[in-house]
This record gives sequence, structure tokens and C-alpha cells, in this order.
Amino acid sequence: MRPQSPSQTVGPFFAFGLVREGGNVLVNEKTQGEHILLRGQVLDGDGVPVDDALVEIWQADAQGRFRHPADPQYALSDPHFRGFGRSGTTGEGFWFRTIKPGPVPPSPVPCIAVRVFARGMLIHAVSRVYFSDHDNTQDPLFASLDPARRETLVARRHLTPAGVVYRWDIHLQGPQETIFFDL
Amino acid sequence: MSHSESPHRVLDWSVQPPYLYSPYVATVRRAPHHPLVPLPASLLERTGPVYGEGDIGPLDHDLTRNAAKNGEPLGERIIVTGRVLDESGRGVPGVLIEIWQANAAGRYIHKNDQHDAPLDPNFVGAGRTLTDDQGYYRFITIKPGAYPWRNHHNAWRPAHIHFSLIGRNFSERLVTQMYFPGDPLLKYDPIYQGIPNIKARERLIASFDLETTRPEWALGYRFDIVLAGYDRTYFEEEP
Repeated sequence: MRPQSPSQTVGPFFAFGLVREGGNVLVNEKTQGEHILLRGQVLDGDGVPVDDALVEIWQADAQGRFRHPADPQYALSDPHFRGFGRSGTTGEGFWFRTIKPGPVPPSPVPCIAVRVFARGMLIHAVSRVYFSDHDNTQDPLFASLDPARRETLVARRHLTPAGVVYRWDIHLQGPQETIFFDL
Repeated sequence: MSHSESPHRVLDWSVQPPYLYSPYVATVRRAPHHPLVPLPASLLERTGPVYGEGDIGPLDHDLTRNAAKNGEPLGERIIVTGRVLDESGRGVPGVLIEIWQANAAGRYIHKNDQHDAPLDPNFVGAGRTLTDDQGYYRFITIKPGAYPWRNHHNAWRPAHIHFSLIGRNFSERLVTQMYFPGDPLLKYDPIYQGIPNIKARERLIASFDLETTRPEWALGYRFDIVLAGYDRTYFEEEP
């Protein structure tokens, strides 16, 4: 076995290399499914918004399919939805224009995979977002998590004049520290 | 824990840096405190964005030309090449590699970089490429300069190139930095030193490579990268 290459921080100056206009917009007018805005802040241990973090999301399309050959239903996936998004944070946090993914069997509830990078993080953190309008305890992984902490993974649904907004903050540490996974 | 005890674990924490490494001051308020929760492999982790040639422009890999306005960038031209491997030693094809770096004077194009060094009108310092069928990649760029930062008294970052890699699935994701051989700043740098395993951290130092070096034109460096990921064979043990 080859030993893994170690991770290093993205540092504070990654934006010109990694953040592209539209990289946080996963949809176009043809993308199937419920179009949503997913937004929030990355917060440090003092509750201060981190304005130099990078958030990446990966998710299924509205039917729970991925545009990836490992998905048995790859050929049926929505050609107008790649499923990957990247947002730098500013004082306003991060945001993604995306869709509510379909559930991916065997889980009956949808979720989105998340990675967080930032200055001060020698290695990224991996998390997941679930949605407040589902019974997430039907998901075996969610149900297995500490009930006192698993709500940190739930984005809250708000209906606004501009459409459906899910609000989800990422707490890197502190009393509301987000659950992070070993991946 | 060894791989065999925990087949779903992807990151090898004997070689990866911890979240909290107080000499790197910014980790103190940003490091998660709770232990990471094991994540069973699902289709969500076994898939990821797929990139193809259509995503890459013809000059994207050449930082000496991809932002040139009225001439060549200043500094020492270098060629950086290498291979992206999985833990079994197989080349990983189709990996999107994005790099970013300071210019020859140690200055980034970023409003928060206030280092008193010149910007270069012909150099942005960002590039991207895909690994080929065997996992090989190649960039042409300018050797970045060291620059000061405010982590501690007289703190200077060693010359480095940032690498972001997106592999074949969500688990094959790495952001790291390539350093240069013989750099006297490495032993003072808390970001580099944050990797506790000395052999592991030395793997982030590229090697000078005469094969890659082009006569009368540029020095060549070799930098191989090994990605963690679900595709590895878990019953294979370290030799």
C-alpha cells in the first residue's frame, strides 16, 4: 500500500484559483426538481463568521441519481444537473442555487454531502445536510447519531418571496459544533 | 486503528495533520473538538463530479501563458509533473488538478495580500489540468517566492504551490501544498510542521528531476500524489 499524501490548508488566498463565477449555481431552467437556495455561515469557536472558507457540496439529482458511472442509474440521471457546487464564504456566508435531491436508496430521506476548507484547517471537514421537512430518523446514519448533536445537520426550510430557502450554519467548534465525519 | 479494523475509514490519521495544531494559530478557533463520526460508504461517497477534456482550456496548464498580457511573467520558469496514484499504486485517470500560487516575488492576487512585493501583470498564478489515462499531469509555471505572514514573529511561508485534486468520487478529494527541496524555511513553518509524521510531510517536497528539466529553458520538478479513497482494496495490508 502507498501512504497517502497529507492534506494542507487552502490558506486565505485560494479564491482566484478555486472559486469561479457560477460555481455555486448547480441548476439551469431545465433542471428537474424543486429549486432551492441553500445558504448559511461558517462559524468559528467564538461564533464569528469565517469569511475565508470554501464549501463544496455533492448531491443526487431530483430522482436520487448521480451523473457518475458508479450509479447503476447513471444513464437516467438528469443531464442538466452535475451535482457539484463550490462556494467561497464572505461576510454573508456561502450559498448554493440547487435542487432538493431525491433520496438515494437505501435511505428514504435526502441529504447533501459537504466539505469545508479554510485557512486554519490543515485538513478539510466532511459533513452532511439533511432537510427539516423530512423525518430524518428514517435515515440509518442520521438515526445512529447522538440525538443531542444530530440537529446540527438539519437545514431549516423557509418560504420566501424569492423561493424556498434552506438555512444551514456550519459551526467548526463550540457548543453547537457541527457533526463531522471521518472520510 | 489499522485499515482492517475499520473498513470504512478513508483518511489515514497516522499521516494526516490534526485539526488542532496550536503553533499554527488559526487552528485554535477553527478546529473541531468532537471526534469524527465514522461514515459508512454509500453511493453519495462512491460518486463525485466527473471532469473531461471539455472542462479544460488549452492553456489552462501553462501559468506562464494563461494570463500573459504583454509579455512573459517574471521569475524562474519551472515544469512541475508527476503522477496521481491510489493507495494500491495505480495511476488515477481523470483527476481534476487545480493549482494556485504566489508570483516570483511572493505576492498573491488577492485584496487581503498586503505583502510589499510587486504584482506581475503577466501572471495570475492559477491553473488546472486533468490527469491522463495513467494518472500523469504536467504544469508549466514560475517558481513562487516566499512571503511573510503574521502567525508568529518573523514568520515566512516556504515557497509552495497549492494543489486541489478531485478524483473519481467524493472520497478522493485532497487539498495540499507542494514544497521545494532544500528550502530552509520548512523547519520553521507550522503549516508544514503540522503534519506529525516526518516521512509523510517529506512527501510534500517535490524532487528535482533532470528528466523533466528542459535544456536552456526550465528546471523540472517531480511531485507524485497519493489519494485516499473507497476504491482501495481493504484486505491488502501494508507490505
